[in-house]
Amino acid sequence: MGTGLKRKDLLGIQDLSVEEVGLILDTAASMREIASRDIKKVPTLRGKTIINLFYEPSTRTRTSFEIAGKWMSADVINISTTTSSVVKGESLKDTGLTLQAMHPDVVVIRHPAAGAPQILAGLLRASVINAGDGAHEHPTQALLDLLTIRERRGSLSGLKAAIVGDILHSRVARSDIFAMQKMGMQVRVSGPATMLPRYLERLGVEVFSRIEPAIADADVIMMLRVQLERQAGGLFPTLREYSKLFGLNLDRLKAAKQDVLILHPGPINRGVEISPEVADGPYSLILNQVENGVAIRMALLYLLAGGQAGSNN
Amino acid sequence: MRILIEGGRVIDPANNVDDILDVLIEDGRIASLGPHRAGREAPPPDRVLDARGKVVCPGFVDLHVHLREPGREDKETIASGTRAAARGGFTSVCAMPNTNPVNDNQSVTEFILDRARREGAVNVFPVGAITKGQKGEELAEIGELIRAGCVAISDDGKPVMNAEIMRRALEYAGMFGIPVIQHAEDLHMTGKGSMHEGFVSTELGIRGIPAASEAIIVARDILLAELTGSHYHVAHITTAEALRLVREAKAGGLKITCEVCPHHFALTDDAVRSFSTNTKMSPPLRSSRHVEAVKAALRDGTIDAIATDHAPHTVQEKEVEFDYAANGVVGLETAFGLAMTVLVEGEVLTLNQAIARLTCDPARIFNLPRGTLSVGADADVTILDPTREWVVDVKKFASKSRNSPFHGWKLRGEVLATIVAGKVVWELEG
Repeated sequence: MGTGLKRKDLLGIQDLSVEEVGLILDTAASMREIASRDIKKVPTLRGKTIINLFYEPSTRTRTSFEIAGKWMSADVINISTTTSSVVKGESLKDTGLTLQAMHPDVVVIRHPAAGAPQILAGLLRASVINAGDGAHEHPTQALLDLLTIRERRGSLSGLKAAIVGDILHSRVARSDIFAMQKMGMQVRVSGPATMLPRYLERLGVEVFSRIEPAIADADVIMMLRVQLERQAGGLFPTLREYSKLFGLNLDRLKAAKQDVLILHPGPINRGVEISPEVADGPYSLILNQVENGVAIRMALLYLLAGGQAGSNN
Repeated sequence: MRILIEGGRVIDPANNVDDILDVLIEDGRIASLGPHRAGREAPPPDRVLDARGKVVCPGFVDLHVHLREPGREDKETIASGTRAAARGGFTSVCAMPNTNPVNDNQSVTEFILDRARREGAVNVFPVGAITKGQKGEELAEIGELIRAGCVAISDDGKPVMNAEIMRRALEYAGMFGIPVIQHAEDLHMTGKGSMHEGFVSTELGIRGIPAASEAIIVARDILLAELTGSHYHVAHITTAEALRLVREAKAGGLKITCEVCPHHFALTDDAVRSFSTNTKMSPPLRSSRHVEAVKAALRDGTIDAIATDHAPHTVQEKEVEFDYAANGVVGLETAFGLAMTVLVEGEVLTLNQAIARLTCDPARIFNLPRGTLSVGADADVTILDPTREWVVDVKKFASKSRNSPFHGWKLRGEVLATIVAGKVVWELEG
């Protein structure tokens, strides 16, 4: 086992080297088996304090971090800002300083503004993990996506991936693009022209405003939820039209590789971007992603806050 | 009171002067400029400033500052803002009306002028609002504002979105011959944008403001200026597209002028990668394509003036998430250093041209009796060392606010002394 990441925080995929990504994936792969134990408990993070500071709603990510911390014997505290002093107008800076005064070891933050984790990382001695900042990055999602693909395919290099949906507002899309390219995958993106940010090609991805060419011959298809809460309006006329043009159904799927992997960060809009048959079908790894999410988060907590190398028993 | 500034290189672009001369100031006015001589004037001056090896030029004129008083004295006051101006070599500033209350009536104008008279270190020329409360709906009492002392009108901070209102404002202002200054952006296109829409905003996932947002309003307003024949001035211009339109309009003989801010020629949107809120302002820092266009426009005269858009903000309004931070940076105390280091050393402008863009050019386009060292003119003089290196330290700012993206920058070109109406209002220690 490695001696951990030589960094205090995990703010984005862009900051990670290929070796660091490899270390995180390998560590997570070895920790997966904890989920199948009868007693899901290892003492690795005993006595460590983890605070989940979520400024936005979340099912998967927050539960996943909480379970990851608890399986590793840490003390996990969840702060949902709607029931905290943030409603009284307390600033991020003051929230951060207040938490620092309680000496946590890790703070996991999800926030609607890009760059918020950076602010916290500068204020806290604790390790800060970005659980999603605005439309910027969602590094743990990208890591669990890579793990899921690697698990099925053995290696990542050379695989063709298509990311489909509202790329403009998607932190998952950005982190996935950065992560997949870092590991040598070929990335294509697709969505309505109104949802494709300009200059995207400069990231080295192929850009299509139709789904068919993007998924042709794809090894991996990542479908993004049409994010109604992030729309400012005027980006697409109706869900019906979006679904007709960009929805992934069994028929469209025929264009991809025979053993294509279907991923989705969740939550899914059944019948909008993904048909129920595809979501529940044999190509879908959506639930594997969730399982791998716990493993990735255990790995990160260990690598950032776990102290010395050694077994995780 | 007689002051002799001796042996300096006097650069006065308005009068085509660039020579080693002595400048004699008497009773607050330029009394004479003559060849340097060791023999003294009789009677002996009350003070002699040794300007040998230095540059002596007219005091700078800033067409765009926010002095924040009345209403936000926590960020800046007329006293502190004009001290910051003096420290930056500015002897005249135009104060924008987005105060609280808005300067949309003569009482606020009179208050500002009165405060400036009592506590201001430099000349303050108020800019009045175009519309009542800057709401963009009804014209303010523009005639009264001018009679009270306003030299231009603007709803700065915001654009006048309604083309009909903008047309009537230009028509009405045309009666008085004053410029109508537009903060050019289409608010619908800006939406919740926080930075320039470009590759950097795509990578950072921050909502972008397209260059077209500025250019669309400039295009519309140029047509209105053509319709009305009035003087239209684009505040803080930043885009290649808007500059192209202004260039074409000027060539067509229309009364169009514009200004650029130092941060828009010194920084690109790459600076936002740090997420520092001192890189957040409106209009935003643009990509290098636009910065190059700005420099070309300064060189070919499409841009008339360098103005700072000095926008002080408190620490708590800036020390927040990028999306939530207030827009704006201070600029009075770094403007000359940046002009020298980026434009003159960068061979975009000569020293004389840079001084012109800071003195006679802004004064001329706004009809202000400033920006020259003509005999009989008010003795507003700045003494500079264009080669001296210094490091920007926001803690030393005279401004109450510290929101500058240039802290720690090594600049060349420092202001040594600033004189307003024959009185030394600022000088560098040592």
